[in-house]
Amino acid sequence: MRRGWFLPIAATLGFSFLYAPIVSLVIFSFNESRLVTVWSGFSTKWYGELFRDPQMLKAAWLSLQIAAIAATIALVLGTLAAVALVRFRRFKGRTLFSGMVSAPLVMPDVITGLSLLLLFVAMEGFLGWPQGRGMLTIVIAHSTFCTAYVCVVVQSRLSDFDRSLEEAAMDLGASPVRTFFDITLPIIAPALVSGWLLGFTLSLDDLVIASFVSGPGSSTLPMVIFSKVRLGVSPDVNALATIIIGLVATGVLIATIIQLRSKPKKAKA
Amino acid sequence: MTATHTPTIPPPRRLKPWNAVERGLAKVGISGRMLVLAAPVLWLLVFFLIPLAVVFGISLATKQFGRPPYSPLLTTEEGTVQLTLHLNNYIRLFTDNLYIAAYLSSIRIAFISTVITLFVGYPMAYAIARAPDRWRNILLMLVILPFFTSFLLRVYALTGFMRGNGVINQFLGLFGIEPLVMMQTDFAVYVGIVYTYLPFMILPLYTTLVKLDVSLFEASADLGARPLRTFLSVTLPLSLPGIIAGSMLVFIPAIGEYVIPSLLGGPETLMIGRVLWDEFFTAANWPRAAAVAVAMLLAVVVPIMLLQRAQSAVVER
Repeated sequence: MRRGWFLPIAATLGFSFLYAPIVSLVIFSFNESRLVTVWSGFSTKWYGELFRDPQMLKAAWLSLQIAAIAATIALVLGTLAAVALVRFRRFKGRTLFSGMVSAPLVMPDVITGLSLLLLFVAMEGFLGWPQGRGMLTIVIAHSTFCTAYVCVVVQSRLSDFDRSLEEAAMDLGASPVRTFFDITLPIIAPALVSGWLLGFTLSLDDLVIASFVSGPGSSTLPMVIFSKVRLGVSPDVNALATIIIGLVATGVLIATIIQLRSKPKKAKA
Repeated sequence: MTATHTPTIPPPRRLKPWNAVERGLAKVGISGRMLVLAAPVLWLLVFFLIPLAVVFGISLATKQFGRPPYSPLLTTEEGTVQLTLHLNNYIRLFTDNLYIAAYLSSIRIAFISTVITLFVGYPMAYAIARAPDRWRNILLMLVILPFFTSFLLRVYALTGFMRGNGVINQFLGLFGIEPLVMMQTDFAVYVGIVYTYLPFMILPLYTTLVKLDVSLFEASADLGARPLRTFLSVTLPLSLPGIIAGSMLVFIPAIGEYVIPSLLGGPETLMIGRVLWDEFFTAANWPRAAAVAVAMLLAVVVPIMLLQRAQSAVVER
């Protein structure tokens, strides 16, 4: 049997490929030396350096705010879009709508960034809004592409849950809005949590779109990291990466546990 | 656990206001559907569709000094409105070798990386789909985890791995092997794309593979087919929607990739996303950058349509 050994070996190699660079990055964040790849003893000094870098801290705070606001806007818009796509089987312009919702998922970042910047500049010329570019324009740009991701996550949850609960509520006289808030929303809540988290991390991660639509004084964390990394390796970036990876791993772990826990419920419902 | 989500009969007092609101809106001709659709439709029209139209419009302008740094399309002169369109950006695109080379090399790099990603990702997706239940969720989480970890930082992690005195070369050095030059080559760009986009390939593949009926394989084996034969004539054709969806999810964004070629590639690694970036940020030629964006859109339109069809097939199966 060839497949007996082929698949496990392929999977092991694949996962090593995914994780080896990350592991080495984490290890070298505790390196004493400025050389990122030569080990010279354990030290946490790069973490200290990181927290004394005002530019880095300012950018991190800005990025966190943008990510939280954009993820929240995207959560609302994406959920509405998902409800429309799953529940309203037919409406005028459905194809165009579903295309508009999913296209930002794959649209190359440089196109999204450039097109939004040109829009903002044109709008400022015609309407006088938005004035200049900065946090607001980054929030708008991030909300737009995060909406697509939230929509995909919520859509899959909406399309595989038992509709008889909603029908029962309506039979008992609840309006569609009431049914949505009392029945549908609690059931899709885990998808909303993971959709929001996905939006949050994607916004926190974006370099290219933010570079186009940001203004002077509003550099996000990825923009600061990129300008550092471009000049060569720097150990404080390793330290920062380790912190981010730690936070993300914890977040994904919690989200997975929530999703796994909610599964038996679904089966019983 | 079960009691918490059992639907309770809605108390009637909160029922009325909602109904009244809905009835009121219906009187003015606004249905519930329109309310649900209004916000996402408006948002996406204004911040997704119209911007693409603006890009097209500005690609027909020409660079000039001032704010904004492009010529206006519409001008009013003595009471008449004049429309001025410049085609010089597109003419440059078709005549300047730099653009043609960058365009073709983007497609080549994206295509080769997609094929490699497919060959790396397929066995992994298949292994996860065939893994025992309790392993499957853990393995899936391991695939998704890097996807959540910063893209930029993962590319950075690769630079530490592949540089001249990086981890790989130090490892090779233990065996007395000369250090390899990996950074600043097209090879590094391939590795970078495969590395960062692998989860996009694995997830749709897994979704199609996990739904395949095991009895089909048994039937094929019973009829005397060897595992490889069963794979080629049963598994592979049935997982085609997943293959297409995964490949397009890698190919489309890879064409416009900027971060990977600029951090891992060398100066001769030409990619259209990098050309657009330089045109905008370095040359400050917005109309030219817009024309490059339009050309790039043309390259991804067909893949996007393929992806949409494949995705509905992946979901419906």
